[in-house]
Amino acid sequence: MTLIIRGGRVIDPANGMDGIRDIYIEGDKIIQPPKTKKTSSSEVIDARGLIVAPGLIDMHCHLREPGFEYKEDIASGARAAAAGGFTTICCMPNTNPVNDSRSVTEFIIGQAKKAGFCKVLPIGAITKGSMGTELAEMGEMAEAGCTGFSDDGKPVANAEMMRHALEYAKTFGRTIISHCEEPALSAGGVMNEGAVSARLGLRGIPSAAEEVMVARDISLARLTGARLHVAHVSTAGSVELIRRAKAEGISVTAETCPHYFTLTDEGVVSYNTYLKVNPPLRTEADRKAIIGGLEDGTIDVIATDHAPHAASEKDVEFDLAPFGISGLETALALAMALAHSGLIPMAELLRKFTVNPALALGMAPPSLLPGSPADIVLIDPETEKTVRPEILLSKGKNTAFSGLVLKGWPVMTIHEGKKIEFKH
Amino acid sequence: MALKKKDLLGIDYLEKAEIEEIISTAESFKEVSTRDIKKVPALRGRTIVNLFFEPSTRTRTSFELAAKRLSADIINISSSTSSVVKGETLLDTARNIEAMNSDMIIVRHSMSGAPMILAKALKSSVINAGDGSHEHPSQALLDLFTIKERLGRVEGLNIAIIGDIAHSRVARSNILCLNKMGANVRLCGPATLIPADIEKMGAKVYFRPEDAIDGADVVMMLRIQMERQKSGLFPGVREYSRFFGLNQERVRLAKEGVIIMHPGPINRGVEISTEVADGPYSVILDQVTNGVAVRMAIIYLLTEGRGAI
Ligand SMILES: [Zn+2]
Ligand SMILES: [Zn+2]
Repeated sequence: MTLIIRGGRVIDPANGMDGIRDIYIEGDKIIQPPKTKKTSSSEVIDARGLIVAPGLIDMHCHLREPGFEYKEDIASGARAAAAGGFTTICCMPNTNPVNDSRSVTEFIIGQAKKAGFCKVLPIGAITKGSMGTELAEMGEMAEAGCTGFSDDGKPVANAEMMRHALEYAKTFGRTIISHCEEPALSAGGVMNEGAVSARLGLRGIPSAAEEVMVARDISLARLTGARLHVAHVSTAGSVELIRRAKAEGISVTAETCPHYFTLTDEGVVSYNTYLKVNPPLRTEADRKAIIGGLEDGTIDVIATDHAPHAASEKDVEFDLAPFGISGLETALALAMALAHSGLIPMAELLRKFTVNPALALGMAPPSLLPGSPADIVLIDPETEKTVRPEILLSKGKNTAFSGLVLKGWPVMTIHEGKKIEFKH
Repeated sequence: MALKKKDLLGIDYLEKAEIEEIISTAESFKEVSTRDIKKVPALRGRTIVNLFFEPSTRTRTSFELAAKRLSADIINISSSTSSVVKGETLLDTARNIEAMNSDMIIVRHSMSGAPMILAKALKSSVINAGDGSHEHPSQALLDLFTIKERLGRVEGLNIAIIGDIAHSRVARSNILCLNKMGANVRLCGPATLIPADIEKMGAKVYFRPEDAIDGADVVMMLRIQMERQKSGLFPGVREYSRFFGLNQERVRLAKEGVIIMHPGPINRGVEISTEVADGPYSVILDQVTNGVAVRMAIIYLLTEGRGAI
């Protein structure tokens, strides 16, 4: 059977394509439109008024399995991802056990295959147990399917260890994704350090805690020639450091998350733990600088840093609440605001969700050319919806955007040629 | 008039007129404390809970006395934040207490913002008796009361607050309160104990106490916590005392008739010398006395505001 996506605005950033056309799918592949009307059965999806793009890639999310299945599991997270328009997601290794070995990597891939909602590519740990003292078996994990390495959440504090991690990952053609945070500077902090934290009497995390590490890792990338990807950039200073590193030709890419270009620390005045995230929401000046970085290409990727938590964990004192925002299902709609306001052209925005994360991980960029895997998202750029925790399919209802009306949502996700059902 | 709100969570959430109302009500309650029978029947039959997650004999006793002088029933519950370890959350604890039909919960907690969680979830009135490094509104109100009582006014006065501003809820509530009342607030301490953006709350930062005290009408000293030394925020008590402690020499730089305040408990010979603490300009004990009257006013006005009297 042939699946035909008819009349949509096809945006294929990898091939510079942006225009109305039809996409034909057979099996799990995109095919050449047939020259003559075929007699074989076909299903037509009316995509008029919709954007048709390669399935989105989220290179940074937390799926919590194994170990924290009450927060999320691979199936629920993958389903939420599909609902958010993603066909490929990369899950961070801070599970229990930590994904620092072939067996955990294989377990994750197996669970994802069983669930079937989208492709799940594990990110392996840099060091054993993410303890920062001994390199994990990156070679074997790469072989088993790890697409990159990170000690996300537990920054590699020792500079020499980080140097060796970059060198060793380079050996296997993998990227190191750095959660840039100087732990001594951020210790005990729960929100951005600034006027708001001063007023609220909450312990601050200074911008410098991030920037010191961004600067260190850029120096190490220069030294080693390895591929460095800076996770969740949140400060103006980090954007500037990365901008200069790129101008110098250092092999560095960077991501930010929707909350950093949407919200600021002002929101925390009510001690709303749903806005507690690491790195923390920064100031308006930082938010503007992040958008500036997205505009000029300094920031290559929009990732979710989807960090689901149970409600009972968030409904506590601000100091006790865990960091993290459930983000898979709102990321695209939040990013669409940048396109609607004219800050970033639609094709460029979609590039940050598709081609750029693939390149940052050294993978082939997704494409809509015939022969490519049929991983596709259909987006209605005009539809409006109010974010409410209940509409999320993720087990983590901890959205930071409750009540926000957003315009432009994914309406259908096709993975390996199949329409993914993600109703409640 | 009454406070048209359910809770008293901080000075940040009070209007100037509300602050004035609390102060004038406290003035009439202060008179009650001088009678032979120090009790009015205003809150007979009301149940108030002192919920203290952090030990503080001083504030707890002051609230307890205030409630008793208003004829309310008051229960003291000391809980430790370690109940979280046992699996009970702050909300669980509070809901259990409210199930006993309490009308008001006075809460002290080591974490900033904890009373806000309670206020949002509970029908009872919530009074913040100090939360983390955030606010301690009843302390700021009793300080204001004491300044007005001694100096007759607050507007235009120069008020120096000296010590660990960063970790002090007393400092935050006082900055906000004194600002709303039109005073000039000066802050002083080593830069390690003063948040960079604190001036945005309406205060001027000085690093030399001589400059902060120069021409001051009020000098407010804050207690220095010894654990700050361990976390590397200042090198030691001796040096702290030498550069930031209040001694008679420094007091002489202040305006004639200056009053010296301290929220207590004091570290004699550290942030304040004994002769200053016990000197004629010290109003430290008046602060304690006035605390009861001010807390009576807060409890009374919150209850009245809910149409319960
Ligand atoms: Zn991280
Ligand atoms: Zn993360």
